[in-house]
Amino acid sequence: MFPTPVQKSSPTVRLSYQAFLPVALILWLLPLIAVMIFSIKPDVDFTSGNYWGWPSSFEGFTNYGLVFFESAMPRYLLNSVMITVPTVIGTVALACMTGFALGVYKFKGNLLIFFMFIAGNFVPFQILMVPVRDLTVDMGLYNTKTGLVLFHIAFQTGFATLFMRNFIRALPFALIEAARVEGVAEWRIFWYVVLPLMKPAIAAMAVLIFTFIWNDYFWAVVLTQGPESQPVTAGITSFNAQYRAAYHLMSAGSIVAALPPVLMFFLMQKHFIAGLTLGAVK
Amino acid sequence: MSISADSDRQPPRGWYKRNEIAITPWLFLAPGVLFFVVYVIAPIWQSFGMSLYDWNGLGDIDTNGTYVGLENYNKLFGLNGERADRNFQISLWNNLRWLVLYLLAIPLGLFIALFLNQNVRGIRLYKSLFFFPFVISQVVVGLVFSWFYLPNNGLFTIVTGWFGFEISGGVLGNPNTATYGIIVAGLWPQTAYCMILYLTGLNAVDPEQVEAARLDGAKGRKMLWHVILPQLKPATFIAFVVTIIGALRSFDLVSIMTGGGPFGSTRVLSFYVFEKSLSERGLQYGYAAAVAVVLFLIMLVFISYFLWTMYQDEKEAR
Repeated sequence: MFPTPVQKSSPTVRLSYQAFLPVALILWLLPLIAVMIFSIKPDVDFTSGNYWGWPSSFEGFTNYGLVFFESAMPRYLLNSVMITVPTVIGTVALACMTGFALGVYKFKGNLLIFFMFIAGNFVPFQILMVPVRDLTVDMGLYNTKTGLVLFHIAFQTGFATLFMRNFIRALPFALIEAARVEGVAEWRIFWYVVLPLMKPAIAAMAVLIFTFIWNDYFWAVVLTQGPESQPVTAGITSFNAQYRAAYHLMSAGSIVAALPPVLMFFLMQKHFIAGLTLGAVK
Repeated sequence: MSISADSDRQPPRGWYKRNEIAITPWLFLAPGVLFFVVYVIAPIWQSFGMSLYDWNGLGDIDTNGTYVGLENYNKLFGLNGERADRNFQISLWNNLRWLVLYLLAIPLGLFIALFLNQNVRGIRLYKSLFFFPFVISQVVVGLVFSWFYLPNNGLFTIVTGWFGFEISGGVLGNPNTATYGIIVAGLWPQTAYCMILYLTGLNAVDPEQVEAARLDGAKGRKMLWHVILPQLKPATFIAFVVTIIGALRSFDLVSIMTGGGPFGSTRVLSFYVFEKSLSERGLQYGYAAAVAVVLFLIMLVFISYFLWTMYQDEKEAR
C-alpha cells in the first residue's frame, strides 16, 4: 500500500493524521457547509451583514417552507424527474443493444461505429446547439420535456455505448459460443445470456446518467423556457432572478436541487464509481 | 447416411436464419445509431454549413440567409482586410487559461487521493464526502463561489482583507481576476473527480511491487514517481481526458457567475457561441457557428489523440 499506512508510523504521526482528517474535510467542503448554514439563516442576517457568522435565529422551516410551498420549485423538481428518468431508461435500453452489437460481433465497420460514438460524446455542445434547437422546433417539441429527453438519450448513448461495449467484451465469450452451439437465436442470447450478466453495468450507467442529466444546465436553457418544462438547474437561476440577493432562499433551493443526485451517489456508490472510471480502472 | 436424412427433414431455413449472425448486429445498432446520427453527427455538419452563411436565425437558412463563404472566419481572425474580433481573441485566450489551469486538477486530485489512501476508521465515509463536489450541479457550485467572492461580504474578500489584499470590485467584478475566480470554482469538482479516479487506481496498485521497491530502499517521492505513477497510467489517462473536455466545455460556471462580464472579460468560446446566437445580443447565427467550428477543431485535436490511444489499446487486445 502506498503511501505507508499510518498504522506503521509513530503514534504522533497517526494521531495527527486522524486529527487532521476532519479539519481537511471541513475546509474542503466549506462551500457546501456555507450553503447549508445560509439555508437556515433569517433574512436579517444578510441585511445586517452577518453573512458568515452563526445564524441569529433558526429559520430552516420558514426558508424550506417558502421553497416548497410558495415558489415554483416543486414544479421544477417534478420536471427534472420527468426529464431524467425517461432519459436514463431510454439511454440504457439503446446502449445495451449497441454495446451488445459492438461487443459480441465481428464485422466490418465495428470499430468505426464504436469510435463514432466515442468521438461524438466528446464534441463541444455548442456545435450541436443551433441545429438541435432547430430540429426540436421543427418537430414541435421546443419547450417540452420530450424534446429535451430525446436529445439527452441520443447524446448519452455515445458515452453509455463506450461503457457497455467494454463491459460486454470482458464477459466470457464461451457462454455465447455455447448458446450458439445449442442453436439459441441471437436475440435470445442477448436477452437470456448477456443481459442478465450486464446488471452491474446497467446500474452504473443508470446512476451516472441520472446525475449527468439532473445536473444539466446548458441544454435546459437551449431547449426549454419557463416553469412548464424547465428542470431544477434552470429553475434555480430564475429563482435567482426572482429573489435577488435572498441568499437564504437561494441556498435552501440549491440544497433541495442538489439532494437527489447526492442521495443517488450515496446509495449506489460502488456502481457510480465503476461508471466514472469507465470500468477501465478497477 | 442418417445425417443427410436428418438435414433433409429440416424445414428450409429462411433468409434471416441463414444470415442471422451477419444481420443481428445491424438490427441491434439501428436505433442507437439512428438517434446518434440525427442528434449528434448530422448537427456537426449542419454547423459547418451554417458557418458559411450570414443568417439571423429567422426562417430557413436557404431563403433568409446569405451565402458569404469564409467571410465569418475572416472576421474572426482578421483576415482579408477585416479587423480581428477582439471578443473572439479574449475568448480564445480564456480557453487557453482554462485548459492550462484546469489540468491542475490532476496533481491536486492525486495529492488528495494519496492523503486519503489510508486504512483508518471511517475513511470510507471521508472518501465519499470528499467526492461530494462532483455530484453537485455546477449551477450550485457557481452560486456558492460567487457568494464567496462578493465584494464586501464575501468570505474570500474578508479573509484576504486580513492580509491586506484588496481586489477592487471583488474577484468577479475585476476583469483581471474574474476568469481565475471562475476557474478555481471549476477546479473544485474537477479535483474531486480526479481524486476518485486515483483512489480506485491506488486500490489496484500491486502491493508486492511496492514491498519489493521498499526493500530496495525506494520511498517517498522516488517510489511515487518510479513505482506508483506508472501503475496509475490508466487513471491518469482518463483524468486527462475528462479534464480537457471539462475545460473546453466550461459554460455553466461562466454563465452563472459572471454572464461573460465584467466587460466581457470572462468569455470563453462556448459562451461566446451562445451569446452570438441565442442571447438577445446575438442573432448572428452564421458567425456563432464559425466560432463553434473553431472550438470543435480545437477539441478535435484532443479527440484524435484520445481515439488514437484507444485504438492502440484495441490493437493490443486483439
